[in-house]
Amino acid sequence: MTTPIQSAATTELGEEQLGLFLYQMVLIRRFEEKCGELYTKGKIKGFLHLYTGQEACAVGAIAALEERDKIVTHYRDHGHALARGLDPNRVMAELFGKATGVSGGRGGSMHLYDITKGFLGGYAIVAAHLPLAVGLGVASQMKKEDSVALCIFGDGSVGEGEFHEALNMSVLWKTPTIFFCENNLYGMGVPLKESLSTDIPKLAAAYNMPAVSVDGMDVLAVHTAMKEAVAHARSGNGPYFVEAMTYRYRGHSMADPELYRLKDEIERYRKRDCIERLKTQMFEAGQLDEAKFEQIAVRVEQVVEDSIEFAERSPQPGLDTLFDFVTKEPARG
Amino acid sequence: MAEMRMRDALREALREEMLRDEQVFLMGEDIGAYGGSYAVTKGLLDEFGEERMRDTPIAESGMVGIGIGAAMGGMHPMVEMMTINFSFLALDQIVNSAAKLYRMSNGQINVPMVVRMASGGGSQLAATHSPSLEGLYAHFPGLKVVCPSNAADAKGLLKRAFRDENTVIFIEHTANYALKGEVPDDPDYLVEFGVANTLRSGSDVTIVGYSGSVHQAMRAARMLEEQEEIDAEVIDLRTIRPLDIDTVVNSVKKTNRAVIVEDDWLFGGFGGELSAQIMERAFDYLDAPVARVSSKDVPLPYNRNLEFAALPSEEDVVEAVLRMFKE
Repeated sequence: MTTPIQSAATTELGEEQLGLFLYQMVLIRRFEEKCGELYTKGKIKGFLHLYTGQEACAVGAIAALEERDKIVTHYRDHGHALARGLDPNRVMAELFGKATGVSGGRGGSMHLYDITKGFLGGYAIVAAHLPLAVGLGVASQMKKEDSVALCIFGDGSVGEGEFHEALNMSVLWKTPTIFFCENNLYGMGVPLKESLSTDIPKLAAAYNMPAVSVDGMDVLAVHTAMKEAVAHARSGNGPYFVEAMTYRYRGHSMADPELYRLKDEIERYRKRDCIERLKTQMFEAGQLDEAKFEQIAVRVEQVVEDSIEFAERSPQPGLDTLFDFVTKEPARG
Repeated sequence: MAEMRMRDALREALREEMLRDEQVFLMGEDIGAYGGSYAVTKGLLDEFGEERMRDTPIAESGMVGIGIGAAMGGMHPMVEMMTINFSFLALDQIVNSAAKLYRMSNGQINVPMVVRMASGGGSQLAATHSPSLEGLYAHFPGLKVVCPSNAADAKGLLKRAFRDENTVIFIEHTANYALKGEVPDDPDYLVEFGVANTLRSGSDVTIVGYSGSVHQAMRAARMLEEQEEIDAEVIDLRTIRPLDIDTVVNSVKKTNRAVIVEDDWLFGGFGGELSAQIMERAFDYLDAPVARVSSKDVPLPYNRNLEFAALPSEEDVVEAVLRMFKE
């Protein structure tokens, strides 16, 4: 059941869609680079997990969804939030812990939420959100909503029991859930080959779920696989599993000294960079030139700078809100 | 009004809530054809069908997580933990997801879900199948913890749990399942959370219990009256989070003595919290230190004699009260 997915021809998607992919990937790259700088300046605190290198996963996957669909993801979640169209100003404000942040400064980097976008959170307990995505699928079925739930997680999740519980029950109940595994080869610093005795798609296939493995450094390959996954889940056939082989350029978090991998491994992956790849493809197809790319870069720079300014200007949450949102009252009648 | 056992009252509550609200559905191990380990869901599969009566694999974390996701998606699930011990396997979902999502999402996402659990010792099930964890769950901000002592309250509180916007941990003492009582049949019969019930009025000492321990408290009160001419007031907390501390404090101001009875362990148990709150609010009214009658600090033994020695008894309560009057 495990089959490699080939990249779609660039012409199939059209210039506008490809331009959007490129813009989103550059936006995420730049946003994350800035976050890294802001962290070292002490503007962003707590844990910070950067997404650079993995942009094709978020952008290619999330573009396959409709507005009514739901997303739950892991704690390396800025890229997913931006790809889903969350306001970069409010994402940055959240990282600054400000009242205008998408979670009001109560969540921080790992816990971004925007229900108006069906973005139901980053989850910082590994694999905890996999059952939630099955439950969202159950709700969609019972309410006949025709929506699917996309669950994005890392390779580190597959060792958790909840991974197996969620996959099993989603197949038993045929929930419209898409399991999207961003396999960046390391669970923090431990290589996957030292923590898993098999291949990830084989685990999914063992639960009788269609499973594919795809080049996660290729936004078009990711997108093609995800279109298939969404179509499968939406038409009542149950869950679908996509493994995207990817790589993070930075450490696990800002606190990671990266003693477990060599510089040339990182360089090797940088040569396969998702942004460069799409750029080249679009150049070759005559869909992009240097001037157009420059326009994208300038626009991105502006959006990121604006988000920082917005975050700086935004107020701190009032101390009088400390006890807000512990329980929701009153009860329904 | 009809006389019924607590398990039947619970079933009535579930049935009425499923009829009232089509977003309510039930999940758990063997809740369908088997009817639930304590027969609470017996017959509901026939009436409501498989989509709303879901037997799950033996996967507690998964089923609670699915419940949370379904609640986020607009449903109102009830998840049955066959026994409370198994809830340890779902603790992360309950504590890190269900209890925190409303807060972390800045009020965007709430998790209306009921998690029912069978609790308590006294049935020779040995250490892994007998704990009382009401106090553990009450520790976490964001959760509500309900622990009925009788059939009528069980029905009214369970129906109330399905009107709540939050995750409600609903804990049923196994010794209470067969207890009979008069239960209102009004489909709108609700028992509000955070409202304790003064079961017996008295002037000499306040005895506070919840769930199974309410019955030891009541028996002790009768023994004190008959044998010692001591007039005890007995309070059933019904829910320990929210906690109706006012009713307890007002009673203690009247009686000047307080005894807490619970199945929880003494060390770090809920009684410690309650005792602290009584002392903070009514210290000047106390004629004796607040007394706690709890389970002994041991994993519960299988042997019947040892098990009973480990659990709180009415004799323990009487003894605690008499000590207060001697000192």
